Amino acid sequence: MSALLSVSDLHVYLGESHILQGIDFDVAEGGVTALLGRNGVGKTTTLRALMGLVDRRGRITLTGEDVTATPTHKIVRRGVGYVPEDRDVFAGLTVDENLRLAERDTEPRYELVYDLFPELKQRGKQLAGTLSGGQQQMVAIGRALLNDNRLLLVDEPTKGLAPLLVAEVARVLERVAELATVLLVEQNLGVVRRVARDAVVLDTGRVVHVGPAQELLADKPMVHRMLGVGHA
Amino acid sequence: MSTFVLLTITGLGLGALYFLIASGLSLIYGLMGVLNFAHGAFLTVGAYAMWFTESKLTGISVLPRFLLGALAGLVAGAVFAALVELVLIRPLYKRHIEQVLVTVGLGLATTALVVAIWGNDARTVVAPAWLGKTTTVFGANIPNDRWILIIAAVVVLLALNAFLKRTRYGLIIRAGVENRAMVTALGIDVRRAFTLVFAIGGVAAALAGVLGNVYFSTVDPSRGTSLLIFAFIVVVIGGLGSLRGTAGSAVVVGLVQQYANYYASSGLGDLSVVLLLGLVLLARPGGLSRSFA
Amino acid sequence: MRKWAVPMAILVVLALVPQFSIDIPYVFNGPINTPGTLQLLALCLVFGGVAMSYDLLFGYTGLLSFGHALYFAVGVYITAIAITKWHWSFVAAIAFTALIGVLLPLVLGAVSLRVGGIAFAMVTLAFAQAGSILAFKNPNGWTGGEEGLGADYTKLPAGLVGIFNTKHLYWVALGFVTVAFVIVQWAVASSPGHIWQAIRENELRVEVLGLRPYAYKLMVFVLASLIATAGGVVYLLLLGGATPEVTSANFTLTLLVMVVIGGTGTRWGALLGGVIYTWANERLGDASSSHAVSSLPSFLRTPLQQPLFVLGVLFILVVFFVPGGLVRIGKVRRPRTLQRLQEAMQK
Repeated sequence: MSALLSVSDLHVYLGESHILQGIDFDVAEGGVTALLGRNGVGKTTTLRALMGLVDRRGRITLTGEDVTATPTHKIVRRGVGYVPEDRDVFAGLTVDENLRLAERDTEPRYELVYDLFPELKQRGKQLAGTLSGGQQQMVAIGRALLNDNRLLLVDEPTKGLAPLLVAEVARVLERVAELATVLLVEQNLGVVRRVARDAVVLDTGRVVHVGPAQELLADKPMVHRMLGVGHA
Repeated sequence: MSTFVLLTITGLGLGALYFLIASGLSLIYGLMGVLNFAHGAFLTVGAYAMWFTESKLTGISVLPRFLLGALAGLVAGAVFAALVELVLIRPLYKRHIEQVLVTVGLGLATTALVVAIWGNDARTVVAPAWLGKTTTVFGANIPNDRWILIIAAVVVLLALNAFLKRTRYGLIIRAGVENRAMVTALGIDVRRAFTLVFAIGGVAAALAGVLGNVYFSTVDPSRGTSLLIFAFIVVVIGGLGSLRGTAGSAVVVGLVQQYANYYASSGLGDLSVVLLLGLVLLARPGGLSRSFA
Repeated sequence: MRKWAVPMAILVVLALVPQFSIDIPYVFNGPINTPGTLQLLALCLVFGGVAMSYDLLFGYTGLLSFGHALYFAVGVYITAIAITKWHWSFVAAIAFTALIGVLLPLVLGAVSLRVGGIAFAMVTLAFAQAGSILAFKNPNGWTGGEEGLGADYTKLPAGLVGIFNTKHLYWVALGFVTVAFVIVQWAVASSPGHIWQAIRENELRVEVLGLRPYAYKLMVFVLASLIATAGGVVYLLLLGGATPEVTSANFTLTLLVMVVIGGTGTRWGALLGGVIYTWANERLGDASSSHAVSSLPSFLRTPLQQPLFVLGVLFILVVFFVPGGLVRIGKVRRPRTLQRLQEAMQK
């Protein structure tokens, strides 16, 4: 399997803090790679660094090309979709407008998006700011799927959602994983167990474990030590 | 009664002038986070381009002379503003304080350059005679240039609204005002929108310069700077980045100024505007409006 | 004590200037002890001091004020009005000006500092505009409106009046800038001074430590304004009168330009910026009528004859290439004062 995304010695400083202290990992093509770790270890910062939204040092390679110094909009144009942690939908724009803004390809995949999220079609003219958290999540994921992206960076899509919606998102992620490679930051281990093939674990700005997701999750002491959940 | 009508219409005319300058300021700050201290220079460039063109077209009759001059003013404003963005602002991408500082320097330099070339004195501007006449409404004799100002401001407001609501760049700008980073995260190069917004601001400010020439019958190097301060006040009261807020607050400021100047005492109008700003900011630091467009 | 060695040496050299008849061609119009040159030097020193007071707010505490001119104008106008229109003695006028110089920023600062970032900048602008309007409106004929107000020289100390006493005025200006320098250095190194800089870095953290940023910001606001007011009084003595130009927003902007050109938040930056700007403004005006410039082709000559054009362009170049200011030449990284200010403004 070739690595779609390759990260090497990634450093990020935010103000005085050295958030990422030399991150190394690869994301193989196809399926879901989960990026795990306790709160505050740098998972979101890693995704933002990959997107070029924060200043970074190191080496990031996407489909063989070095994108370390590439500006955000150009990285995205290489086929990267981003679903940020707080959804970041444009509250003052309608659902339709939010989706339209994301259009890049000559044939945006509206049928796919509406098939996954029929509600988005119904609520097309509604202001995104008036949507519920779950509906905003649909918009956020939908606009990342509109284009034929090879890589999707998804940050805690189930955060703050009711269990029913969490299952819904997991179902969507399974479907999405058939179409693109996903790098998924997720705290909900049930979702991870359901969709992830590989896992990369971070701790205080460094990678501390890489391996198949199912193996990691089956190892309860390791899960407790690295992710701070469950008991040893 | 007729005095009240006169004050109201002239107040609206003044508000229209403020809106023309403030609209660009508001858009530029809303999208780019830049307090454009060179905005007064856009007005000055437009105003002087108009006067200069008129002064070269001595052979033809008044109306085409005026219209060509006005057109020249608008084009000059747009081009100047776009060049400023490309040459001075874009290279300082993400360094907002330096961008603001650069506009401060540019504002000072442009006014000085205009004074250097044409001197400090006001120069007369040619305009069609009927602009200087009055129309009587409800017993009040309203100078015709006020109507043109109001119409121009309304047209600009409607045009901007349509642009923002119906075009792709308008969509990008509306989204960018909310969250610039996320727009880039959708693969859009916002920097082009920046240049466009500067150009739009330049045209609107130049229009204010052209119509200001008509309103005052002269062109003068310090007008850009003095109107800029009022424009800032209008934008801040209305909420930085909100077009509707800017329109509303321009009307309020214009009216307050006229009424206070007449009903209280002359000169008090300006003070009451300043007081209004202070009150609004202390009550709602974000200005009166929170959303955009 | 060592850190005072250089400033003291400079002070001694400057104090001796009126005693020597040295000619520095191009830099000055005549020998340094002539009234004309001493007047210019005094003006440079005054603005150096006022620029330092602005740097206290902007460079050290991260407060972007667009209304600092108001407090300078208080020094110029209140003293002038008191002696010329109310016929007070010079001492009484100074005392009254000092009182206003403390009370006014206390009241206006208390109001303005309730908001931060852009809103604060705009409120300070608004208050200064109000002052400017008042000056132009000429209430009771006190301010002299557009033409300004000449100070009644019979009320001024005899030793400070007349062209032969220019060197005394020079020493007064030197005294002012020295006191301002000492106060600013001492304040910045003191405990509140550290808190001002902490506020600039991260106001939230200061609150978390249990301190009230508001009180400290008000403190620096009053101090900076008072120093500016004192500068205004010296300025009045130097020029013999008050003009409304000193109340304008443009004036505060030139203070901003001085501080940035010199280098924000540094020991010598603001002083250097104030001196250089004032000198350049004056000398560029002289140079424009000189032979060298008049012989240039007109498209070069015309803009160069306007000092503000040259200074505006110079400012733009500094911002582009040396954003840290002249004292930080060689250090390419963007100074933290600007970074912090940007973060504060974006809230």
